[in-house]
Amino acid sequence: MRPSATWRGLLRPGDYIVLAASIALCIAAGFGLWRGGTPDGLIIRAGGEIFAETDLSRARRIAVPGPLGTTLIEIQPGRARVAADPGPRQYCVRQGWLSRAGAVAICAPNQVSLILTGRGSDFDSLGY
Amino acid sequence: MTHSVIELTPTDTDRRIARHAAAAIALTVAEAAIPLPLPGLKPGLANIITLVVLARWGWREAAWVSLLRVFAASLLLGQFLAPGFFLSLGGALASLAVLAGAMRLPSRWFGPVSHSLFAAFAHIGAQLLIARLWLTPHDGVFYLAPILGGAAVVFGLVNGFAAAALLREKAHAG
Repeated sequence: MRPSATWRGLLRPGDYIVLAASIALCIAAGFGLWRGGTPDGLIIRAGGEIFAETDLSRARRIAVPGPLGTTLIEIQPGRARVAADPGPRQYCVRQGWLSRAGAVAICAPNQVSLILTGRGSDFDSLGY
Repeated sequence: MTHSVIELTPTDTDRRIARHAAAAIALTVAEAAIPLPLPGLKPGLANIITLVVLARWGWREAAWVSLLRVFAASLLLGQFLAPGFFLSLGGALASLAVLAGAMRLPSRWFGPVSHSLFAAFAHIGAQLLIARLWLTPHDGVFYLAPILGGAAVVFGLVNGFAAAALLREKAHAG
């Protein structure tokens, strides 16, 4: 008898079904539990007050006034960034695109912050 | 003063349970020496014995073997009443409960491999639940579920094959 035939002889028809269902369950669990982290909205704060609270469904730009000037926030589907800021060190601009729930960009000199929100957030907040 | 002698006469069943439990304990102790990447991720080779006993001698004996194994192996490994012991006990009880149902499935269709997979999933299910409720009261433990589930499929399949092969050998021999 060939080895493969021997191995297959140990399986009964229902075993294949149980095996397939087990693998499907694992894959489903993987998709269900590890999907977290995709953002579904963003909150912009200026001077500690909520300036805007929107979703990430369509591309647009939002100008936020602050004590130093205007911070420009750019939104694209699923991500957002600080496109321009009058602050001296440009930390929040150089962070680039934020694409995970909980990610934060803070333009401290101009008192503007941007945070992505989402249900399955991996982190309470993310700073760089 | 009278000497009272208590005599225990082990039946054939007792001897058989002891023999199988000893084999299961040996496998558990041996597998404790295998380094594995995640704590709690184990092949569970002792379950091969449980499956063979279940198929040949029934659920009661399988339960004896499985629970004796949990207690004795934890004593040997210094894990008795440590968290690992409760995870192990919970897993064993859950898989015995599931096996009680699984063994009633038509045997023409479902063999040891099915039983093994069911038991493996019951094992990790109970362990995740215990971990969530008691050891790590945070939903974060469920992030491990897909990894543990994958391990349950692999090890469940391997153990099921081993049990099926042993049972076939026995059937040919006797």
